[in-house]
Parts: sequence; C-alpha cells; structure tokens
Amino acid sequence: MPWDRNQMAARAADELEDGMYVNLGIGIPTLVANYVGDKDITLQSENGMLGMGPFPLEGDEDPDLINAGKQTITELKRTAYFDSAQSFAMIRGGKIAAAILGAMEVAENGDLANWMIPGKLVKGMGGAMDLVAGVGRVIVVMDHTNKHGESKVLKECTLPLTGKAVVDRIITNLGVLDVVEGGLKIVELAEGVTEEELRASTDATIV
Amino acid sequence: MQKVYGSASEALEGTLFDGMLIAAGGFGLCGIPELLIAAIRDAGTKDLTVASNNAGVDGFGLGQLLETRQVKKMMSSYVGENAEFMRQYLSGELELEFNPQGTLAERMRAGGAGIPGFYTKTGVGTVIAEGKEVKQFNGEDYILEEGIVADLAIIKAWKADETGNLLFRKTARNFNAPAATCGKICIAEVEEIVPTGSLDPDKIHLPGIYVHRIVQGEHENRIENRTVRKREDA
Repeated sequence: MPWDRNQMAARAADELEDGMYVNLGIGIPTLVANYVGDKDITLQSENGMLGMGPFPLEGDEDPDLINAGKQTITELKRTAYFDSAQSFAMIRGGKIAAAILGAMEVAENGDLANWMIPGKLVKGMGGAMDLVAGVGRVIVVMDHTNKHGESKVLKECTLPLTGKAVVDRIITNLGVLDVVEGGLKIVELAEGVTEEELRASTDATIV
Repeated sequence: MQKVYGSASEALEGTLFDGMLIAAGGFGLCGIPELLIAAIRDAGTKDLTVASNNAGVDGFGLGQLLETRQVKKMMSSYVGENAEFMRQYLSGELELEFNPQGTLAERMRAGGAGIPGFYTKTGVGTVIAEGKEVKQFNGEDYILEEGIVADLAIIKAWKADETGNLLFRKTARNFNAPAATCGKICIAEVEEIVPTGSLDPDKIHLPGIYVHRIVQGEHENRIENRTVRKREDA
C-alpha cells in the first residue's frame, strides 16, 4: 500500500530534528506539523512570524494573525513577529534549516517546478523561489505520479522552474529518494511497495 | 511639523498623478491600507503601477482599483485570489511583473535604504533571471535585482504617535515596513493616533522619519481565509 497524505506527512516529520527552524509549504507539508511529536521545532511563516501556533478556536480568530496561506492562526510563547524584508533575510541568509514543499515536478538533478503551468491560470511563485534558494535543506513531499498516472519524478522538468538543483530529498506516496551525483537514490520504500513498482513510476535515473 | 490629516482623501492631497508608482503594504488582506486604496479609487488617478505582494480580492483592497481600471501594471508575487485581476491579465489589459516574495520585499527595503541594486540567488536558472545580470560570488551564480523607489507608499499600521512613529500588530507588519521606506512620500493609515511621548521609544517598529502623513480611521480588517478548530475538539 502506498502512503496516504498523513503517512507522507508523518514520514516528512521524521526529517526534522530538535531545535530546527522550519518552513512548511501549503498542502501536505502543512500536515507535517501534526507529527513532530516531542521535538522542539519552530515553524516560520514567511509573511513575518517565527513560532507559529495551531488554528484558533472558533471565535478567537484575529485578522492581524495569519499564516502564508492567509489562514487564521495563533501565537505561542516563543513567537516573534517581523516584517517581510526581515523574514526573507533569514530565509535567504540560510538561517532556516529546512523547507518542506509540495511540487508539480522534480528532476533527477534537483530541479523543482511548483509554481506555473504555461497556458493555465498563473497565480505566482509567492515565496517559493526565495525558500528553495535560501534554506539549508529542501524536502519535497508529493504524489509520485500525476492524475493521469504520469511520473512527476523526471529526468528533466518540463514546467518552468522554481529553482535549479535545489531539492535534497523527495518523499512520495511510494517512498523516499535522495538527489545524488548522477540521479536519484532510493532511501526507503513505502510499506508494501516494491522497488520495481517505484522504478516503474519513475522517469528519472535511479542510481 | 503637522503630519496628522483628517481623512484618507485629505492625506492624499497633492500626492497623486497619472502614471505614478505606488508601493502598498499588506499580505493578502492582512494589514492593507484599505482606506487609502478606497480614497485613490475615489480620486480616479489612472495608469498606476502598484508594487504590492498581492492584488486584493474582488471588491476589496487593491481589487477596488482593478475594477475601475486604474491600474496599468502590478508588481507582485502572488495574485491568485482575484477573478477580475485574472480576467484583465489574461485579456492583456493589465501588465504583471512577477517578483519572488523575498525579492519584492528586499527591492523595497533596498530602494528605501539608498541601495539601487543587489545580487540574490533567488530565481537563478528560472524565468525570473531572464534579462538580468548574472554575477558569480564564491563560484555561485547570483542575479542583479533593482531597488524600488516609489512615488508614494501607502501603508497600514496599528498605532502612530503624532510624529509618525509606528507600531504594527502581529503579522500585519509584513510589507508595510519595507513599503513605507521606499516611498518618496509615505502615508500611513492607523487604527489609533496616540499623543507623542506615550509610545515606548525602545519599542517603535518604524521610526517617524519614514512617515510623512498619518490618518486615523475605522478599518474593516477583513479575514481572507478563516480557519478554526471547533471548541469541542479542544
């Protein structure tokens, strides 16, 4: 059985170590926060906050307190607020240990595409290009194939890039792959998924 | 030094002209200068270029200036929440310059700090790098991005004293601080103007030197994406 969304998020949470400052993208990456357990992780929200807390209880929403997905959130005892220039200074400056992001395509050299499909609605890259260029480690969490069954783990990206050679690790519903010299290396298979199945769903070179 | 004005329209008096560049604070609908935007709509100033992380939603925030076709070009990182925006953009009526979010913030900060350009790794090897100077530092490629100096900055803060020292509240600070600094003139709309001397000088978020005019008003402070936990789950 391939991993479901929550199992992928739980696996991604294993990547985080005590004391890390981390930025989580929208979608499955947001779920990672539910699986950090006892680890002391500080979440950054790039609109200007370190120490992001859970969603507010009904009635406690504050329009001045949102995350990068514009959702209402809460603060913690450790929370610090700052402006957007400061926020991206800490991102660009390599102070954020890791970013966990979704993707449309990843290539075997670590190229990432997750912001634009030509001819379709273009919403913008937001902070994704800054994050992948600046943080210590970029971890992608996504389904291994698209809804047509085509691989999203490619030799080369076909979509416009978010960043060139920026991805370190890919966590999909089928397993975990690392970007290494010459291609991708299988680190782990989802329980019940065979290496043959993973290879059959992968367009990229597996070394 | 009289910085306090009676209304957003009065505060904008003499600052607006067709074809101008306006830097606006806010992230999504959080901390947007909603009163100044509405007053610019009422003033009818045209062919605006607006540097703002987002473009509001239909009928609120910068969406109001899009509805009246007052905006010629947007410089933004994310514009997905606005149907009228997409319609004008796809039909070629509206120009759009995508800026990575951190690059946009730093372009404002740099412009305000007298730095005409800076090199960044953000966007290297992507469409964002097209036409931009590439320079190597320590064997890695960086692209040149230019600082933004706007004709006018419009921002929202929580509290101001009468000299323009500002406090922001929580994540509503966002682009308001960098946008303020890059304006040749900066107008801040605030929820409350307090007497000079009542703010702790050690806790000022933005010194009044950057703020030329202040107006106090009632804000809707609309929530774009209300997300809550049910009380019984807690």
